[in-house]
Amino acid sequence: MNARVSHIARNTFREAVRDRVLYNLIAFAVLMCAAAILVGKISINIERLVVINLGLTAVSLFGIIISIFVGIGLVSKEIEKRTLYTVLSRPVRRWEFILGKFFGLAGTLAVNTFFMAIGVFGALLYVAHHFQRADAWLLVALYFIILQFLIITALALLFSSFSSPLLSAVFAFSLFVIGSFAEDLRGFAAMTTGITRWLALGSAYLVPNFSALNVISSVAHAQPVSAQLVIYNTAYALIYAMMVLSGAVIIFEHRNLK
Amino acid sequence: MAAIAILGLEKTYMVGFWRKKPKCALRPLHLTVQQGEIFGFLGPNGAGKTTTLKLLMGLVFPSGGSARILGCEINDPKMKAQIGFLPEQPYFYDYLTARELLEYYGQLSGVDSRQRDQKVDEMLSRVGLAESGNVQLRKFSKGMLQRVGIAQAILHDPKVVFLDEPMSGLDPMGRREVRDLIEQLKHEGKTVFFSTHILSDAEALCDRVAILNRGELRGIGAVADLTSTVHGRVELVWHGTTVPRALQTIGAECHVSGDTVRALVPESSQDAALDGLRREQLRLISLTPVRSSLEDYFVEKLKTETALAELRS
Repeated sequence: MNARVSHIARNTFREAVRDRVLYNLIAFAVLMCAAAILVGKISINIERLVVINLGLTAVSLFGIIISIFVGIGLVSKEIEKRTLYTVLSRPVRRWEFILGKFFGLAGTLAVNTFFMAIGVFGALLYVAHHFQRADAWLLVALYFIILQFLIITALALLFSSFSSPLLSAVFAFSLFVIGSFAEDLRGFAAMTTGITRWLALGSAYLVPNFSALNVISSVAHAQPVSAQLVIYNTAYALIYAMMVLSGAVIIFEHRNLK
Repeated sequence: MAAIAILGLEKTYMVGFWRKKPKCALRPLHLTVQQGEIFGFLGPNGAGKTTTLKLLMGLVFPSGGSARILGCEINDPKMKAQIGFLPEQPYFYDYLTARELLEYYGQLSGVDSRQRDQKVDEMLSRVGLAESGNVQLRKFSKGMLQRVGIAQAILHDPKVVFLDEPMSGLDPMGRREVRDLIEQLKHEGKTVFFSTHILSDAEALCDRVAILNRGELRGIGAVADLTSTVHGRVELVWHGTTVPRALQTIGAECHVSGDTVRALVPESSQDAALDGLRREQLRLISLTPVRSSLEDYFVEKLKTETALAELRS
């Protein structure tokens, strides 16, 4: 990675850590253990299913919230506080700044997910008393969750590069919700005709397909995830995030920093 | 090669929500600053000083014209490694300590990692923050932040330093220290381009100044030339509290302050005034011809501008 991009990324990571974002992990881990104990007492034979569903959904939701609420301020806050002036007056290109911010937040989320995953596995061990071979699929589900974070971080950055934090949050969260129903949107397109079909199909392909990246239910039922899906999802998430980041760079390259 | 060459740089913003109207922030500006100069960029608030600096830093894009710094285009990263910039009322990452911030900026400016720690220590001492290097910036006063701002602007040993209102927010001691620092930079052979509306600072420091008002260049020249106009009056200062009758007759403007008197006398009556002081056996401290200050020049330029604007309207 370009040295300046990595310096900006490290500083973004440091900002997130000192902003106490990662402290929610402790709260999350405690909550997970408490939930596991509770679930262990009230569910019969489906403890694993409930813990995995509950745990991974919480990991995903917490991460999405962090990526949206930190991501929307990554650029706009720097402009508002004018901290950007002393960065861009140095030999730092605007695209390097955007990429640095992206990698910084992505790194924060990866560390976040790592600690949250420990919480989930801890709760699973408490409930089931031992791990099964099928529990390894949880790692794939966690990997897909990180891919979701990459997309949502890129989207938050894109909106942050031209819009206010509030609007950016609304846009990013709306896209996350719509993207979570992308498969339903495709199903709807298949049922309609004419211009509605094309509009629904266009929207389905334009919004990020978060439903394809959600295999929580499958892994909770100990169903394997195909290697093909892993490859497709990886390629899809990386290409989508790259395209969104390119959009953010194009907008930011032409923006007057008043 | 000029340190800074501004060739018709201009900026117009579109303002309004529905019906956007153009608002001119800077009319075509032509300016050259030579290497090793301390150049003052003066003007009232809203004159276009900060816009010019933002254009030179590549933070906003010009509507027309161009500029070159050290012979390079303003977005050339190689050139940016050789300039330093202090924005107006700087705000830094307040979760970092002063040392961490300078290290970060050193990294971004490409300062060699082996020298970075030493440079950071040097800079912290130079701006009087050696004791506060490990304190988070959120605990810094406005004056301390200004010092950090200056440190980050000169950390990487730039050839040209741009300072936007560097004395703003500083107490008299702080202002004095910044003035000394700017003078040191000149002795090190650096070019300093600084904007201010504190005219006494500009007069004390600058080789040349430019006056900007309403986005337009209103005057430019060496400080010595702009302040050399003799007003045909002399200033006399003497010990005591007595004003001799001779001076009252001449119509001198006298001000008694403590145990000294200061009088402004027409140059043609200078001898008569001195005779009057001798007769009263008063001890003369100084006699100096009254020259116009930079402030006089500045006010005159702005008055002309206002009069012209009224005529136009």
